[in-house]
Amino acid sequence: MDIDLRVTRCTKTFGTFRAVDDVTFDVPAGSFFSILGPSGCGKTTLLRMVAGFEEPDSGTIAIRGRDMRGVPPNRRPANLVFQHLALFPMMTVAGNIAFGLKRRKVDAKEIARRTGDILDRVGLPGYGDKRVDQLSGGQRQRVAIARCLVLEPLVLLLDEPLGALDLKLREQMKVELKKLQAKVGTTFVYITHDQSEALVMSDAVAVMNKGRFEQTGSPQDLYRSPETPFVARFVGENNVWPGRVETSDARRAVIRTDEGLVFAVRAGAALTPGSRADLFLRPEAMRIEPRETEGLNAFTVAVRTVLFDGANSRLLTATPGGRELLVALPQNRRFDHIEPGQNISVGWHPESGVCFPAEGTVPDAPEEPRP
Amino acid sequence: MRRSRLILWIFLAPVLMWLALLIVLPHLDLLVMSFRAKDEYGKMGFSLRNYVTFFTEPIYWLTFVRTAVYSVITTFFTFVLAMPVAFYIVKVVRPRFRGALLTLVLLPFWVSELVRVYGWMILLRESGVVNFLLKKIGLVDAPIRMLYTDAAMVMGLVYTSMLFMVVPVISVMDSLDDSLIEAACDLGGSTWSIWREIILPHCKPGITSGAIVVFMLSLGNYLTPNLMGGKNSLWFTEQIYNQFIASFNWNQGAAFGFLLLVLSSLIIWAGLRISRQKLGEVAS
Repeated sequence: MDIDLRVTRCTKTFGTFRAVDDVTFDVPAGSFFSILGPSGCGKTTLLRMVAGFEEPDSGTIAIRGRDMRGVPPNRRPANLVFQHLALFPMMTVAGNIAFGLKRRKVDAKEIARRTGDILDRVGLPGYGDKRVDQLSGGQRQRVAIARCLVLEPLVLLLDEPLGALDLKLREQMKVELKKLQAKVGTTFVYITHDQSEALVMSDAVAVMNKGRFEQTGSPQDLYRSPETPFVARFVGENNVWPGRVETSDARRAVIRTDEGLVFAVRAGAALTPGSRADLFLRPEAMRIEPRETEGLNAFTVAVRTVLFDGANSRLLTATPGGRELLVALPQNRRFDHIEPGQNISVGWHPESGVCFPAEGTVPDAPEEPRP
Repeated sequence: MRRSRLILWIFLAPVLMWLALLIVLPHLDLLVMSFRAKDEYGKMGFSLRNYVTFFTEPIYWLTFVRTAVYSVITTFFTFVLAMPVAFYIVKVVRPRFRGALLTLVLLPFWVSELVRVYGWMILLRESGVVNFLLKKIGLVDAPIRMLYTDAAMVMGLVYTSMLFMVVPVISVMDSLDDSLIEAACDLGGSTWSIWREIILPHCKPGITSGAIVVFMLSLGNYLTPNLMGGKNSLWFTEQIYNQFIASFNWNQGAAFGFLLLVLSSLIIWAGLRISRQKLGEVAS
């Protein structure tokens, strides 16, 4: 498989702040690669280094085997879709798209043909003469992408381009972007802080934190088997449950939570018996009132509130020890009888939870229930 | 309602009085005066002669053409110099040095124009600083004549006008999103094409308003052309001065004053038409 973008041991420091710290990754040709991380994690700096607006302090960036050190942005076979799109307001849509072609001295007839082509492909036929400010948010989005794609770059870089759109449009654009990428076959490198964007669109996702890559893998990998507590917190939703390790081997551990519940769980890293550990348990991993409890970790919780949110409905529950847990509430009418104040039994499979050694200082993930 | 209208009038009154008493009234007086001339019998009466004189005497309209052409040249050079200066102040330098740099641009304007022009004279005259240095390092044997030339005059005018171009350009350039420049670069734009296609079109309103101010200031300047341009390079304002003070022909002077006003407005109108802009857009 061809590698379109190869970043090797890249580091970038601003003053004393290390924005990108020893990052290495490969992006295979024609794939959709996302870098997911909270704001300030260095993902934009990384992308700007690939685009050529920053030079790495050390390490190499190669696009299809060619080292990019010292190559200015206007000579790199990579184009960037900016966060706020940066469409040129002084030009028409066609003018925006033709800008790069004109710089390459393509003749006028050819420019007109290719501009028309690309507008068709992004679903905006006949929009060439419109002014940029006449377009809706989603249309601007597509023009910004078309403006880059018309140059047939080897790598298309996208810097949170959906950030400015409203929720509904964002959902729609996610699917459209994915389709567009499959259609044109260009390698996309997409950065975002929105896990859903990364999971829905990508072939591979790298989770970035504090300048480093925590884990790289397929969206399913990241969701099912996070390798670090950060990934467990950041990708998907998780209940974090502190406790102590009772026994452990390479794959499994037995954890006694601070409220005295004992669970068998998959070990995400080496755990020493007797040490503190955090158990990560997804709301959707817990089954409400399981018919079979054989092989499951089962316990009873009291329902505090029903958080109704359509398909994403959950129960806010509490264990007898007082720890709050979010439990997914499937909307298949089976659990319509559940009301606040009731006690329900929940069970989960040891493979669907994961346990890591407790961290010294844990950054708060915004969505986790607080103890 | 009535009360707020009263307050409006109270605040408007000084402005209106200023306009009426100091601008409209004198100009009306001058306008009337410009249409009056002595007939063959030495009697004052209505006449177009003052205006006819301007067009029939080549010395007058040639002076005007010369003044206009040099003002256009001055405006152009001011623009060429102001663009990189503004770009440096807005986009290159770190924000905390911006104020200091702007102050440096502003600083020469804290002294009077006379002092500024005199500074140039000290530098450029035949026994001046520049000639002294040139002789000292052996580049020239005899002092070069630098002052009292058209080049010196244009330079003096550019120097005097810089601020009025730099400030409006800075304010429009400030609103140019850096990512537009980066995007243009990313799409393969060269420095020249980024200037031509992104920065200049964006800065057009600022450039236009700066150009209008610089052009009008140069056209109406008296001191710099008079002191730095030497004896045989007449500026149109000097012709007006001559009519009023030397010839004591106020009627002719008033006509010249009005011609300056009308013709310069025409030039600006033409300039706006050529660059396809509207005065209202530029002023806002």
